Amino acid sequence: MQKKEDKNIFKASWKYSEAKESTDHIQIQKKYELYIDGKYTKPIKNQYFDTVNPSNNKKIASIAEATAEDVDVAVKAARKAFNGWSSLPGKERGKYIFRIARLIQERAREFAVIESLNGGKPIRESRDIDIPLAANHFFYYAGWADKLEYAFPNRKPKPLGVVGQIIPWNFPLLMAAWKLAPALATGNTIVLKPAETTPLTALKLAEIIHDSGLPKGVVNILTGAGETGACIVNHSDVDKIAFTGSTAVGKFISKAIAGTKKKATLELGGKGANIIFEDAAIDQAVEGIVNAIFFNQGHVCCAGSRLFVQESVADLVIKKLKNRMATLIVGDPLDKNTDIGAINSKKQLSTIENYIKIGLNEGCEIYQSECNLPKEGNWCAPTLFLNVSQSHRIVQEEIFGPVLTVQTFRTISEVIEKANNTPYGLSAGVWTQNGAKIFHLTQKLEAGVIWANTFNKFDAASPFGGYKESGYGREGGMQGLNPYIKFE
Amino acid sequence: MSRLDINKTYKLYIGGKFPRTESGRYYTVKNSKGNLVANMCLASRKDFRNAVVSARKAQVAWANTSALNKGQILYRIAEMLEGRKEQFINELILQGESAKSAKLEVNTSIDRLVYFAGWSDKYQQFFSTVNTVSSLHFNFSNLEPVGVISILASENFSLLGLISLIAPAIVGGNTVIVLASESKPLSAISLAEVINSSDVPSGVVNILTGKKSELFSQMASHLDVNSIIYCGNDENIIKSIGELASENIKRTVFYEKNDWNNEFYESPYLIEKTQELKTTWHPTGI
Repeated sequence: MQKKEDKNIFKASWKYSEAKESTDHIQIQKKYELYIDGKYTKPIKNQYFDTVNPSNNKKIASIAEATAEDVDVAVKAARKAFNGWSSLPGKERGKYIFRIARLIQERAREFAVIESLNGGKPIRESRDIDIPLAANHFFYYAGWADKLEYAFPNRKPKPLGVVGQIIPWNFPLLMAAWKLAPALATGNTIVLKPAETTPLTALKLAEIIHDSGLPKGVVNILTGAGETGACIVNHSDVDKIAFTGSTAVGKFISKAIAGTKKKATLELGGKGANIIFEDAAIDQAVEGIVNAIFFNQGHVCCAGSRLFVQESVADLVIKKLKNRMATLIVGDPLDKNTDIGAINSKKQLSTIENYIKIGLNEGCEIYQSECNLPKEGNWCAPTLFLNVSQSHRIVQEEIFGPVLTVQTFRTISEVIEKANNTPYGLSAGVWTQNGAKIFHLTQKLEAGVIWANTFNKFDAASPFGGYKESGYGREGGMQGLNPYIKFE
Repeated sequence: MSRLDINKTYKLYIGGKFPRTESGRYYTVKNSKGNLVANMCLASRKDFRNAVVSARKAQVAWANTSALNKGQILYRIAEMLEGRKEQFINELILQGESAKSAKLEVNTSIDRLVYFAGWSDKYQQFFSTVNTVSSLHFNFSNLEPVGVISILASENFSLLGLISLIAPAIVGGNTVIVLASESKPLSAISLAEVINSSDVPSGVVNILTGKKSELFSQMASHLDVNSIIYCGNDENIIKSIGELASENIKRTVFYEKNDWNNEFYESPYLIEKTQELKTTWHPTGI
């Protein structure tokens, strides 16, 4: 009896009133075409696919499917635009990019709502994180356009040419911004393909690009699935591929372009370690654990999906974590109270559910918070797996959902070895109040981004990217210019 | 009475030792008159794997050696090389270079070592940044070595090409396994002797002689190698390396021009090509 009361303390005895974001001001067409050479263009084969709202799986719009023929037209448009765009003075190029940043800010609310409608993420995240960060990214790189020689002392940076960019569904507009902004600032022209399940904000971005007056052909946006992406990768007149997505596809791309002159940046999967020491500020660390794995439904390549807790505080941390999980609200992405929205697609939901089965079959102990999941749509309750070990598949493989594995450790060297024992190397987190321990760990962890006493923070000025099989190249910051230039 | 010369036996350099190839195989290097200059070890895939084990074992301690110390060790290599200049010039001549170009290559090699030695405690300052993020965090990015690197050395600049790749890689805290120029392998093994007497820890530099065609695929596919550097312009090899390297997302670097005299290669950007960038965040709000 006592136990039950304890638990309920953390679950509010009253319900939050619905606080739904209005969709009245949102304009979504019934049908979207490809954006090529500054024009909305029907796909040559006249094929369309549906894009849906993952919180109810209802259709939102018909989306053009680009085939090899369309890719060819778009690459030709980008090639034609390249000389003019790359020879514009940097100052002028920058001004277009500044304009794009401003136009996104002006339409931020509309973009936030559409991002949540199409991708399933909580409106609070799309409103406070995705959209503002996307605008900031354009603003940041706009300022680089006329200062490139300061980023590469003693060298003359030149653009690569036509860049093919393929982006994922977890941060649709933000990933478009990460790809487009540095490529534009350095004078490249672009063929961008948003993810199959989340094309809408990229298509709305096409409107903004159009409104900005950007010369036609500089940015072309093609919608489609993996086959469309493959056509971009294999097109002979593309100089560079920038890809964010799974490690499996990254390896495929890397292989496909071997022996060609194409350059690549790959931002791939992860299995981030999040390490809690006994001398951490425990309540803050628990917030950090929640943010590390349940942010954006765990659809985050840099998620802290492997929790390591020092043995002496493991019981306490797990108890507090379970209590905190009880307060997480899973549901309507457009409700401002929602902490965890819809899983992005049926396909991803079945991937996650399959991993949960694997974990159970491997004999791991599962804990899921009690929450009322809506009847329609794709949902997954926040999930912990306890009593797991390094060899379990759920510890080794990226799940890309709200599923956290929990391991304990005794010594620093033990946790460093376990944390690094993965082919991935994208992110890691460390929680301790001991400064020397922080720097020791941040130096030893094999990952491109280390969050100490924080997690899942992003900024246009901060380089992001992986070690090992999490990919290569950086996005963000001055170093994010490197992938888009060559030296004369 | 003329005195009979003592000829040197050229062996491999793995883990700070000079073993013969485990395969027992050899290939010959001849001078322009067709006389034997040396029987070189024809290294096997097993020799390469052994070298990877040595390189991996040495890597962390080498990366943790202070930048000042690493710089002094590179400078020490230059000192040792300076003292044995004549030998290196003679070996290049033996392998077909003119006296003038041999001298230039050796001098440039020594100077290049000194050049990279000087970068040891500076390149980090050149490439690292403090990133002014919008939230209350201190955020900085710095370079870390990629780890273990396979190097397929330049065929023509058999000393300068080698040094121009080894120096930036090791000054950046990496350890390397080098396949020497196949047609001009002597300088590489003599360089191993210089390295071995220059306080470079065992396993930091490993040098093999043998056939590119036999070894490149293993050098590109080995899962405990983080990066591969190839000097040359054989399109088939470049394509195969790219394909094999994709298996573990190995970083690939291709130098197709190989005009190693060019000052373009005296640059910290060569060090950067052997590095990863790490970004660290910490809150500043209290």
